[in-house]
Amino acid sequence: MAKVLLFGRLSDLAGWREREIDAASIAALRARLSEEDARLGEALSGPGVQVALDQAIVRGDRPLGAGAEVAFLPPMSGG
Amino acid sequence: MITLTDQPFEPGELLAAFARGRAEVGAVATFTGLARAEGGATDVLELEAYPGFTEREIGKIAEEARTRFGLLDLRILHRVGTIAPGEPIVFVATASRHRRQAFEACDFLMDYLKSRAPFWKKEHGPGGARWIEPRAEDHADVARWEQET
Repeated sequence: MAKVLLFGRLSDLAGWREREIDAASIAALRARLSEEDARLGEALSGPGVQVALDQAIVRGDRPLGAGAEVAFLPPMSGG
Repeated sequence: MITLTDQPFEPGELLAAFARGRAEVGAVATFTGLARAEGGATDVLELEAYPGFTEREIGKIAEEARTRFGLLDLRILHRVGTIAPGEPIVFVATASRHRRQAFEACDFLMDYLKSRAPFWKKEHGPGGARWIEPRAEDHADVARWEQET
């Protein structure tokens, strides 16, 4: 099981912020989320959306071990 | 030191504490960002962070600033949660031997915080709520520092 976190507009769109989801890789997780909610699936691969695995930014696919934390991060804006 | 807080803060107190008891620091520069009302369009600002990750990412930017500008010290405090117009949202202080490094490091840190630090900002107003993403100007501001290296 991976802990999946959505931030900013992505959590508003999905209607949830945090969920436990069973997926063996980031690609499988994306496929699973797209199947449930096509609009969310599209937004997760939209421009400027980054993925953090166990709190480090990753690009492309990665396997997900037990207890992995995957966060989808839309464009950031502080200050 | 890097702090995220959901409580209002007083920039003057932070500056006084930061500048106190220094013998080798010749310059302290600070920046305070306030939440704008946008002519009544914003009732409240909501700021979300990714606890742990946000502090660490800001820490990386802070380390870069220390090295690049030879800072003797720095202080970053950023609000999270709900913020009313007029309230301080971010405070940055930099300390160096001479003024130029302190000014530039403060400018550099703010440019990074605006478009690279893991925060998500939502404006709530009479017309509803909307997420704020970095503007073209914010990207251009941060790109200035990348061209120079």
